Amino acid sequence: MNRSLTPALNRRRFLLTGAALGGGLLVGCSGQRLGEGATFDPVDGQVALNAWVKITPDDRVIVAAPRSEMGQGVHTGLAQLLADELDARWDQVSVEAAPLARVYANTALLLNVSPLLPDDDGLLARLTRASLQTVGYALALQVTGGSSSIRDAWEPLRLAGATARQQLLVVAAARLQVPLAELTVQDGLVRHAASGRTLRFGELAQAAAALPAPSDVSLKPASARRLIGQPVPRTDIPVKVNGQARFGIDTRLPGLLYAAIRQCPVFGGPVLGGRLRPFDLQAARALPGVKDVLILNEQAVVVLAGNTWTAQQAVNALPLQWDEGPHAQLDSAAVSAQLRAALQDSGLHGGTRFRHQGDADAVLAQAPAQRRLQAEYEVPFLAHAALEPVNCTAQVKGGQVTVWCGTQAPSLAQWLAARVADVDTDQVTVHVPLLGGGFGRRLESDMVEQAVAVALRTQGAPVKLTWSREEDLQHDMYRPAAMARFEAALDEQGRPLAWRNSVAAPSIGLSTMQRLLPSLAMDMPDKNQIEGAFELPYAVPNLEVRQFRCATPVPVGSWRSVGHSYNAFFTECFLDELAHAAGQDPVAYRLSLLAQQPRHQAVLKAAAQRAGWGQPLPAGRARGVALHESFGSVCAQVAEVALEGGRLRVHRVVAAIDCGTVVNPDTVDAQLQSAIVYGLSAALMGEITLKDGRVQQRNFPDYDAIRLADMPRIDTVLLPSTSAPGGVGEPGTPPVAPAVANACFALSGERLRRLPLRPTQQVKTT
Amino acid sequence: MKLRVNDHETEFDAPPDMPLLWVLRDELGLTGTKFGCGVAACGACTVEVDGVAMRSCVVPASALAGRSVRTIEGSPDRIVAALQAAWVRHQTPQCGYCQGGMILAAASLLRQNPAPGDADIDQAITNLCRCGTYQRIRAAIHDAAKTLQGARA
Repeated sequence: MNRSLTPALNRRRFLLTGAALGGGLLVGCSGQRLGEGATFDPVDGQVALNAWVKITPDDRVIVAAPRSEMGQGVHTGLAQLLADELDARWDQVSVEAAPLARVYANTALLLNVSPLLPDDDGLLARLTRASLQTVGYALALQVTGGSSSIRDAWEPLRLAGATARQQLLVVAAARLQVPLAELTVQDGLVRHAASGRTLRFGELAQAAAALPAPSDVSLKPASARRLIGQPVPRTDIPVKVNGQARFGIDTRLPGLLYAAIRQCPVFGGPVLGGRLRPFDLQAARALPGVKDVLILNEQAVVVLAGNTWTAQQAVNALPLQWDEGPHAQLDSAAVSAQLRAALQDSGLHGGTRFRHQGDADAVLAQAPAQRRLQAEYEVPFLAHAALEPVNCTAQVKGGQVTVWCGTQAPSLAQWLAARVADVDTDQVTVHVPLLGGGFGRRLESDMVEQAVAVALRTQGAPVKLTWSREEDLQHDMYRPAAMARFEAALDEQGRPLAWRNSVAAPSIGLSTMQRLLPSLAMDMPDKNQIEGAFELPYAVPNLEVRQFRCATPVPVGSWRSVGHSYNAFFTECFLDELAHAAGQDPVAYRLSLLAQQPRHQAVLKAAAQRAGWGQPLPAGRARGVALHESFGSVCAQVAEVALEGGRLRVHRVVAAIDCGTVVNPDTVDAQLQSAIVYGLSAALMGEITLKDGRVQQRNFPDYDAIRLADMPRIDTVLLPSTSAPGGVGEPGTPPVAPAVANACFALSGERLRRLPLRPTQQVKTT
Repeated sequence: MKLRVNDHETEFDAPPDMPLLWVLRDELGLTGTKFGCGVAACGACTVEVDGVAMRSCVVPASALAGRSVRTIEGSPDRIVAALQAAWVRHQTPQCGYCQGGMILAAASLLRQNPAPGDADIDQAITNLCRCGTYQRIRAAIHDAAKTLQGARA
């Protein structure tokens, strides 16, 4: 090891971003992120050195994972951060879900709502970010989302490992009667090289835990890292190949009741939604195998039985009729018309301006028609369709509420469960098993509120509520439908002189508040609605980006990459239109506008090079490119497509990413593949449509996704970086739709401005 | 009702039309077989019946009397073991929810075709993975097939 424990080398205090402004801000206090060992619930002789790590008598290292594992590898990544600083052996490390406690708050989550430009590092920007981190801590947000887990954990988890290591060394130095500086930790053992003596973690932990946490410790230089940056095997894989993995839906308890639900098919929420008409409850309760039938808020019916199948069969058999409320006529065309009207009626100056430089209005007004472009883009609502259907298990007994739920937001689940049961939050325990996909759907707690409401009426018996796939698709919090209108003017060389982008979409912030705290729900500027549009990285002297928020009765929520999921499609396709109008190569055109953005340039060049951009392809194939920054990472993709049987066929996608320091390259590769397939499924076939106030799609046959036979070859390039980690779970999703749409244009000359992509033209024969 | 599951004779009480999926999960506690759609569209519920992949959400358990069911929890034979090992080598699962069904669908393929090409895999493995692990699934199947052929040679 070339790490020195002398203060002169590599010494720094471990303060979060906010602390750089003076050290006094709440989350800047490192001790608060380190926490108390007791929080991590040591049992069976385990010793907790702080809230993040326990040592067992037989030298196992157990790392606290307060983030939900939904396949993104977060349990492994968190453990790598801590174990690297502790110098533990990877095979002695395991992971345990952390309980709910403020020390585990995600202080990076709310950075995603800040309307700052990503490269803004001024005093005001730093203060804003520090404040948002403080709010996350104050609210004890134990939430997994926004590609924020590793960004949040980067400093505190390494600090927790380094602190624990230092405590073990202090004890070892005293035991061996040697100076601490003569000790090292290698492969999970404390070693005194001169004498050849070693001590095990397990025999030092008890005494180490009695020491006060050292006030300053050193973190390794990057060159000394042994686990961070390595493709260590994921801790959650072995149980996922032999059936032993436990997901929320697998919860089994003595006396468990199985519940199925049917919700009002028409949207509108608790006030404006439909109402269940009275029906013969007695007859329903007499159906074979049925143990009870309950009605929730006149908007849902729940059947309880001794197994899921019987409950599902019974709920399907009920003669339910609904007073459908004021939104029974809503359809997709009406939503489109509403979005378009918002862009037109509000004129050029309505909405909320998120970006403004120069004078786009004047330049556009003066530009000659042959150098002006305009276009309208649109995307539909989307469902998340995680493979594990929405479910939650709850028990209310003796004033205590227990919830088992594969949730991305256990702290919200706790709060809502307490509200439904009318108890204090400390009377609610939330267990978070593995999640069978999250993608943002499991940030919601509707299933928790329902399960607790049912469990309040079962005399202490636990209830597992499992939605059918049909309920899951028809009662999602959808990715918003959205529309953009662009105008641009080019100079004589084809460079963009002015760019105006207006985006109309519902606000996820407003929809979320209507669900959680309706009395506080206000229509206000919403960064997530416009993210990926206002940060435009290209050099355009006259720039204007405006947001138009359109409330619809359809509940909307976070869908992998949120606003970026549609704004990248809009922006990167329109930029491609500019390149074409300028008669320039799409990669060269982008590079010419990125002189001030070295990170973007490097990523774009890496993707183009790996994809063989500019090199000939077999007949009937073409490439398209897109570049997008989101969640602190920059990702470029090149898609290679063909038209086969009138449908787009994607043969290859090359993705290059700069996501800062890579904690686990194998996980980054996997997440890029995952994000691309998720985005590609949406780009090629994803569409939730409305008719008669309800969602028309019912199950996978009419809301399908990419399968193995449609899978393109995916190549990933990870750019080296010494910066702090950026996000990884989401940044691969936004670029894929525009890369494929741009490739389609290159192939056939047809500019597809609506998702999903449905080409009508054939391949260009020229 | 009686059923042979993972080499054990089991007995349970269930309505005759109850699909095997729910018998496994709710009656026998074998939760490795997953509910994903209920209409045989996603394959999360895939089990092997006499060595052939079957989507258990649409097959009444009562129709399988006298036949042998393998779930992902079953003691692995050489084909399943080779697939599981390849799955780990390639770090294939993400959320993992579909992976038991994927492995058993792949096992059924390798029983019939010990050296499948890409087109054979495309045709046989139609299960849905929302995490998009397909590239690694394909690589792991090829890898397992090679391991098995090497072992036989």
